[in-house]
Amino acid sequence: MTKKRFLDIAVPAVTGLCVLFVIVAIGAIMINIIVNGWSQISLKFLTSAPEEGMTAGGIFPAIMGTFYRTIIMSLVGVPVGTLTAIFLCEYVSANSPLLRMVRFAVNTLAGIPSIVFGLFGLGFFVQFVGPGMDSIFSAEGQIQWAQPNILWASLTMAVLTLPVVIVSVEESIRTVPHDIREASLALGATRWQTIWRVVVPNSITGILTGAVLAVSRGAGEVAPILFTGAAYFLPNLTHSLSDQFMDLGYHVYIMSTQSPDVDATRGIQYGTTLVLLCLTFTLNAAAIILRYRMRKRVNA
Amino acid sequence: MATPATQPWSGKKKNRPMEFIGERVVAGVAMFSLVFIALIFIFVFREAAGIFLDDPGAKIRQKASSNEYETYGDDAVSTLGVAPVEQRVEQEEESLTVGDLLAPAWFPVSNFPKYGLLPLIWASIKVAIIAILLGAPIAILAAIYTSMFAPGWAKEWLKPGIEMLAGFPSVVIGFFALIVMATIFQNIFGYQYRLNAFVGGAALSLAVIPVIFTISDDSLTAVPKSLIEASLALGASKWETVFFVILPAALPGIFASVLLGVGRAMGETMIVLMATGNSAILTLSPFDSVRTMAATIGAEMAEVVFGDTHYSVLFLIGVILFVFSFSLCFVAEVFVRNRLMKRFRGA
Amino acid sequence: METERHQIVTRNLDFFYGDAKVLHAINMNIEALRVTAFIGPSGCGKTTFLRCLNRMNDLIKGARHAGDIHIDGKNIFDRDVDVVSLRKRVGMVFQKSNPFPKSVFDNVAYGPRVNGVTGSRDVERIVERSLNQAALWDEVKDRLHDSALGLSGGQQQRLCIARTLAVDPEIILMDEPASALDPISTAKIEDLIAELKQKYTIIIVTHNMQQAARVSDYTAFFLLGELIEMDETQKMFTNPSKKTTEDYITGRFG
Repeated sequence: MTKKRFLDIAVPAVTGLCVLFVIVAIGAIMINIIVNGWSQISLKFLTSAPEEGMTAGGIFPAIMGTFYRTIIMSLVGVPVGTLTAIFLCEYVSANSPLLRMVRFAVNTLAGIPSIVFGLFGLGFFVQFVGPGMDSIFSAEGQIQWAQPNILWASLTMAVLTLPVVIVSVEESIRTVPHDIREASLALGATRWQTIWRVVVPNSITGILTGAVLAVSRGAGEVAPILFTGAAYFLPNLTHSLSDQFMDLGYHVYIMSTQSPDVDATRGIQYGTTLVLLCLTFTLNAAAIILRYRMRKRVNA
Repeated sequence: MATPATQPWSGKKKNRPMEFIGERVVAGVAMFSLVFIALIFIFVFREAAGIFLDDPGAKIRQKASSNEYETYGDDAVSTLGVAPVEQRVEQEEESLTVGDLLAPAWFPVSNFPKYGLLPLIWASIKVAIIAILLGAPIAILAAIYTSMFAPGWAKEWLKPGIEMLAGFPSVVIGFFALIVMATIFQNIFGYQYRLNAFVGGAALSLAVIPVIFTISDDSLTAVPKSLIEASLALGASKWETVFFVILPAALPGIFASVLLGVGRAMGETMIVLMATGNSAILTLSPFDSVRTMAATIGAEMAEVVFGDTHYSVLFLIGVILFVFSFSLCFVAEVFVRNRLMKRFRGA
Repeated sequence: METERHQIVTRNLDFFYGDAKVLHAINMNIEALRVTAFIGPSGCGKTTFLRCLNRMNDLIKGARHAGDIHIDGKNIFDRDVDVVSLRKRVGMVFQKSNPFPKSVFDNVAYGPRVNGVTGSRDVERIVERSLNQAALWDEVKDRLHDSALGLSGGQQQRLCIARTLAVDPEIILMDEPASALDPISTAKIEDLIAELKQKYTIIIVTHNMQQAARVSDYTAFFLLGELIEMDETQKMFTNPSKKTTEDYITGRFG
């Protein structure tokens, strides 16, 4: 009996400690980065380029690089993923083997390491599409597209986020009850009208959640851009799709592991990390709030 | 008695050109993205195939057996790659064989390059084991707390709170491990190399915890309420119910979550790249520096000559990662999660 | 037999779900501006038959048919038939009320809008007229822009009727429209049906034989996918010509 009563207290206590441990770990990382990064943040840090061999100055080009690549990625990945999910849900019959195969491929891709997507970007965009574009658009013998650049990096990211978007949009479209689709069709609405006036508006929260989650995952991801377009330092801002770019995450990695004097630039590293963290956390917070509202509505 | 139908009705099909075009566009976009998904499978393998086709020995063997392979090889070896490869082949006494790939040494950039993958594979496994041993128990126990013991109001906050960990970009966790965790651990354990498999594994566990936690929590929460109430009604205490009723019912889901956690640990690049020290040595000690497969690709791909042997070997490593995480997902999806889903859908 | 009064005429209609044949050679003539009730035990095919009339069964995978259904002289299974305009002409009210998660106004306005009514004054007029026809206007006129999901079950079902009326159908199909409602709401729906038959041909599937007797002019009795008997309601309930019909109506089975 005493043993039993002991476990009645011990089991919740031990499991509770594990929760506490995770929360403390999250807190420790955040506090460490905020405390050390905060003093670095200034208007100059955010709006100027690196100076004196990257040991001083700001991170403006990296902010812009991350901004551009996230925008290009979202403009391609989110609509394509959403339309694909709509097609799979609304136009492909639920039991067809094609759909099962596609769904399996999509689910599997969501679990493939992001570095492998980087390899795909290199093998497909840089080495296959790039030379093709050069032979059409560029002067003889000139290499413009057959090298890593911001377009290829962003498209690689778009492909990476595609499964994330497809899975979450599909999931939310499936929560739309069948009977209101029937109601719409019975009122003389076409399938197209039913999709855009009933199905999509009723799953819009889920679609947005998926989009935001995918974008936030993409914004913080570094592995796939290591060799598809990110650059260590660029004297000029990126202003063409065939330019390389600087990136916040890549900047953190490079500055903390590859720069000649790692300790001297500690402040810059922390400042950059804090900016990156703010960016992804804003996006994540939005996604989590949306998702919880959706779950509540579904359960209600 | 009654009037006939009021309006005449032709019922003829109407043209709705906008909808017709719209539906074609949606179908086109979907096909486009599905083609891309297929291309991922094709292109990663295609670039890796270069290894076996660059190898003169293999080329001769294939020539004897099949002509198709030979033409395919000419496609795969881009013009960029041919020159350096031939130079290297002249330098090397032997060509690259499966035996070379299984050698215990990885020196890709030297006069006599060695492409032994064993140290890299072992490093990935070692780091993943450490990450899972540290992360899985914490994640599963935390999931038990949030799904079973936490009061209602706390549940609302704890779950998204823990899932916040998944929101940290891996480069941030890597950075934290590199600067803070590495120093703390060295002070505690007093080992020689500041960056090593243990630091990397511990940092990686932070990335693995949210994966295991979320899926475990979902499958614990999905255990039917009636089952829990029945157990409590029979006089079992709460922890007995948890261990003898809920955990067994949720076990397939928890198992799947750990498998997906392993996949995440094996494939993660930035954390291990920053925290493990990256030397390709083959030892058992968790406190030695290691170079995992993913980190190797991340560190070396930017500096290789496109198309040469080193490049192809890096793609081969990608294929190994691909196949590995594919199989893990396969097992998790088909054998475990489906069974779980069926069980709860049926209930 | 078939005359010009008959708005719906089916000839040898068979229907299958996959390999299962659920309707066997149905021949039926349905009169315009009358209420026709379908009765029969569960699974007898009456709902399936109802859903054939506006081709809602097209949505079900593996469903197929043989035979013809003529509505106003046109075979609705012809290849050139526009299913969308068929459904506009043949409206449907479902067993479970299924308002869109939108406002009351937008629910009723949905049909006119998808059918190309754009002027906001026109839409408002149609909404008011339809809600009036469904005897719901007075109850909801002050909360037209509240969510339809906030209405009571009976109100929701009348809203669904109003929504159907708004697209100006000729024929209204009702699939057990009152089966989930309390007696008072049911009475309101039945009154409404009596009102609506002035302008619409109504076909109602019901489990409730008293309801069939109260609201319908004609009654059709289905059993195991066959049409056993169809006649004027009064005759069906007092002097059916088939023994099985009598057994069912007097409660010997089903």
